[in-house]
Formats: sequence, C-alpha cells, structure tokens
Amino acid sequence: MNSIAPFLIFYIGALAAGLTRGPVRSAVMLAVPLIGAYNVYTLTPDVGISFAIFDYTLDLVAVDRLSTLFGYLFHLAAFLAVIFSLHVKDTGQHVSGMLYAGSALGAVYAGDMITLFLFWEMLAVTSAYLVLAGNTKRAQGAAMRYLLVQVLSGVMLLAGVLIRFHVTDTTAFGPIGLGDPATLGGFGTWLIFIAFGIKCAFPLLHNWLTDAYPESTPTGTVFLSAFTTKVAVYALARSYAGTEILVYIGATMAMFPIFFAVIENDLRRVLGYSLINQVGFMVVGIGIGTNLAINGAISHAFNDVIFKGLLFMSMGAVLYRTGKMNGSDLGGLYRSMPKTTVLCIVGAASISAFPLFSGFVSKSMVMVAALEEGHTTVWLALLFASAGVFHHAGIKIPFFAFFAHDSGIRCKEAPTNMLIAMTLAAIICIFNGSYPWVLYSMLPFPVDYAPYTAAHVLTQSQLLFFSALAFCVLKLTGLYPPELPGINIDAEWSYRRFLPRTTAWLVRTFAPVDRAIRQGFLGKVGSIINAVFQYTSPKGALARTITAGNMVFWAITMLVVYLVMYLI
Amino acid sequence: MTDKKKTKARKKAPKAPVYEHLFDNPLNVKRTIYALFAVSGILFVLDFFVDRHVDHPWEGMFGFYAIYGFVACVVLVLVAKELRKLLMRGEDYYDE
Repeated sequence: MNSIAPFLIFYIGALAAGLTRGPVRSAVMLAVPLIGAYNVYTLTPDVGISFAIFDYTLDLVAVDRLSTLFGYLFHLAAFLAVIFSLHVKDTGQHVSGMLYAGSALGAVYAGDMITLFLFWEMLAVTSAYLVLAGNTKRAQGAAMRYLLVQVLSGVMLLAGVLIRFHVTDTTAFGPIGLGDPATLGGFGTWLIFIAFGIKCAFPLLHNWLTDAYPESTPTGTVFLSAFTTKVAVYALARSYAGTEILVYIGATMAMFPIFFAVIENDLRRVLGYSLINQVGFMVVGIGIGTNLAINGAISHAFNDVIFKGLLFMSMGAVLYRTGKMNGSDLGGLYRSMPKTTVLCIVGAASISAFPLFSGFVSKSMVMVAALEEGHTTVWLALLFASAGVFHHAGIKIPFFAFFAHDSGIRCKEAPTNMLIAMTLAAIICIFNGSYPWVLYSMLPFPVDYAPYTAAHVLTQSQLLFFSALAFCVLKLTGLYPPELPGINIDAEWSYRRFLPRTTAWLVRTFAPVDRAIRQGFLGKVGSIINAVFQYTSPKGALARTITAGNMVFWAITMLVVYLVMYLI
Repeated sequence: MTDKKKTKARKKAPKAPVYEHLFDNPLNVKRTIYALFAVSGILFVLDFFVDRHVDHPWEGMFGFYAIYGFVACVVLVLVAKELRKLLMRGEDYYDE
C-alpha cells in the first residue's frame, strides 16, 4: 500500500463521519485512527509527499524520528478521545474533532513553514468549534477570544516566515534559533518564536487555555488538551532546541500556575493550569537542549497527553453525570462512581510521577539534565513544581471530586465507552511507567538513562509522601483554604476587564468633548452660511433688482454734480 | 475519661453501625491517615540505608527531599491563600 499524508485520512474520516449516523459513524470514527496508525508505520524517512501550488511546493510529509513519535502519539490520543465521545450525538463535534486531530498531524508532518502555517490555522479554526459546542454564553465568548488569540498566533507565524524567507531564502521547518531582534532576520525569528509561544501557553500568553478549555463540552476538552500545546512543543523542539531563554520561560510556566491551581474552584480549570505546569517541564527540557533533556521533554509530552487526557476524561465523566464541575459543589462521588475514582487516581499518580506510573520515567530526565547543565535554581524550581503538581493535580482533583465532604450527589457510574477509554489510558500510564523501554526506544536520541535506581525511587517517594503529609496536616489543622465559588483574576484581566473598561471610560469621557467640538464647528459653519445667505438670498441686498428709473435718476444726479463742479 | 465515654457510647449502641461506603466509617479515615504517617516515617528513615547518587550537594543532605516536599507544599498553600485575597472575584466578574 502506498503511504498517504496522515492528515488526509482524518479529513476524509471527518467527511465520512459527517455523512453517516449511529453505529456506522462510530465504526468509521474508530477505524480512522487505526488505519492512520498503520499508515504511520509505513511512513519511513525516505517517503516524502509534496504538493505543488503555482510555483511553490508544499512539503506535506517529512518523516523523521521526532515526527513519527508525535504521529503515533496523536493517533493514540485521537483513538482514546473518539472512544470517550462515542455516545455524543452532535455531528459538529465529531467532525471538528476529526478535523482537529488531522490538522495536528498535518502540522507535525509539515516539511516547510508554509505547510506548518496552513495547519497551524486549521488547528485554530477546527478546535474553536469544540469550545463553542459548550453552548453557553460563556463558551461563546471564550470561543471568540480563543479564536482571536490563535489566529493572531498564525498571523505572527506567517509574518515571521515571510521575513525569514526574504532574508535567508528558505522556508525549511528546521532549526531556527533566536537572532538579534534589531535586524530584520532576527526580528523574523522572534516573531516565529512568539507565535509558537502563544500556542505553547507561555506566561502572560497563557490565558486562552484556562479561559477556553473549561468551557468546552465534557468530551471536547479531552480533544483540546491533547493537540494544540503539544504541536507547539513539537515545533519548539524542532526549531528552538537549546535556546537558553526557554529554560527560564519553562521554569516560570512550571511554577506560577500551581498557585492558581490551588485556589481555583473549577476542577477542569485546575487541570488547565496543571497542563501549563507540565508543558513548563517540556519547555525547560527543550531549552537545555542536550540529548537527555530533549528525550525528557519529548517523552514527557507523550506521557502528558495520556495522563492529562485521563484526568480530563475523569472530570468529563463527572461533569457528564452530575452537570457540576466546581470543587465547592462536588465531593463524595466515590460512592457513586468508584471505577471513575480509581481511574482518576491512576491519572493523578501518573502526573505526580509516582514510581511505576508514567510521569516518573520522563519528568526526571529533564530534572537530571537541568542539574547536569548547572541550572541549580531552575532545578529547585522544578522540584517545587513537582511537589506542587502532586498537591493540586494529584491530591486536589481526586480529593475534592470523589472524597472530601459528601455533597449528597448520587449519580450513575460513567457510561461504558467512557470507562473503556479511561481504562485504556490508565493501562498506558502504568505500562509506560513500569516498562518505559518501548517509549525510550522511540525517542529522538539513544537513551542512556536508568529511571529505576534505589536513590531515585526513594527520593521521589519522599518528596511525594511528604507533600501528601503537608496536605493532610494543613487539612487537619484547618489551614487549607476551602473550595469557594468565584474566579481568580489572571493576565487575561488585561483584555477581559482593563481594555474594555478603559475603552468604555474613554468613550464616556471624550464623547461629550467630541460632541461639543463638532457641534461648535457645525454651528459656526451654519452661521457663516446664514450670513452669506442674508446678502445673497432672493431678498438679500446683493440680489435686489433695481428699476431703470432709479438708474436714470442717479446718472442725471452725477451729471449735475459734474456740471456744477465744472462751472465752479 | 475518654475511655469511659467510649464504653458508654458502645453500650448505648450495642450493634456496630453498618457503613455503606468505605470512608463513611471514621475509623477508616483515621487508618488512612495513620498509614500515611507510617509510610512517610519509614521513607524518612530509609535515608540512612540507601546510598544516594548525588548530582548536587544539597541533594545529599539528610532528608532533603522529604523536608523540601513538605515545606514546598506548606509554602505553596499559604502563599496561594494570601493570593486569593488579592485575586478572587465574584463568579460573574467578567460577565458584568
């Protein structure tokens, strides 16, 4: 069988899903990721698929170890998300989910920056519908803001790519690195960097994520959490590996969201902040740029898609069954949803990097690399973030949803398809954590790292158990902040509150001044017109007609005056 | 005193109450907490016996990871609690 471009399978699948209904559609949607995964298997580095448009050639498929790993990962993520959403009747969500996954694959296999840009924008457009499908007024607003930010990222990417083409005459999607922003070429590299940074949720550019993801449907968020940020991580790894500023950006990303996560009430928003925190570890790894660090970043991206997917699925199941997502409204659900509880705890253990769970074998590579390269402060920050992530994602999510006080909610266990998807994700988490060598064998560089040393297992267990101890002590002493309804302001305050308010204030203040000036000017014009009219109107002095007799009288008068003067 | 009170309570309700779910029984909550204390203690003591590969001098300090984890979480929660005073708004803050 000849290989075809991976995104095409999903786009055709989306069309088929749109035209079919019921079990046929389910079969189509399940078949697409499986066929796609086989197609990835046939794609070898010597396969290149390109498409000529006018006199430009789009390199649609370029294959190497990095794109192959992300190719498999995205097929796996799409397969799990499809199973999780099989019960959904809304055709729009299925179609956009498929298109979205296909666009992510298109971006990953892009061989040149123009192709990357096309799929970059497709990612934005196709996923915005998933936010919109939340079908509330808030979801509509969030979807519009999401789309604006994502399209802005695309526009910056295109501008950067064109500048770079102008200066270096290349559109290759390869190592770029940051240049001097004072030069044109350097400015282009910064534009591309920030475009990647927006999708990667860099600090201050991150709020589209925590704004939009929690507003999507229970199943839509599972799709959303898998693709956009990971495509950005992939793009950074390809173009900006070893860029030092990424180490500090990543450390900030790992640190600050955990504070928000602790006090956030919407549990899916907690997971959104925790998503940024995990991407922070990957960004640090890419910034360090050694083989160990890149391997760590990429393997952590792989594990994160699965365990974060699992956590979003478990919260999606809770939302689907109870219609509630705030920590202050939930609690005690282990009575009604025991299976979901256990699966959620597997996800929580994986993100917290407990030994035998997937986070343990990937996150530590980044941390060891940070120490090896002498980034002590960054290492301490990452260690803090590791304890913090256990605190908010590992303990808070399961605790406030399934344990804590009994909210009195008694619902059914999650639907079978959701349980199957969550179980598969949990199996992958435990498999990768307990037997990491399959994942290691797929990484871009040969792995020379042993996660299971007595020292690593012990130190990581100490870190986590004493974090749990801290939670327990704070809870027992009543120092732990209770879950309260409310929202916490973040960088988005600038464009959701400050800008609209300032604009409104400017309009309120200057509208009267503006009106007065314009009215004054119009008044002046009016009075000038009136004055002119006074003289030129039919009755005005200048328009008066005078009889011939008058004329004769004045002529004679002048003659008389002349005669008199002459005689004198 | 407390022992007497407990025996009195037992006499009043001779049958052990039937708990439908695991943590409905407060004893199980206590057991979980004690288990956590016990495991933490054992892990702390294991520091004596496991030869730790050290990349950074601080790492080698006795109980470094345990203390760092505990302190980090306490600091995290207390700072976040203060942040809440600064950052928290009504749920419809942006909808006005």
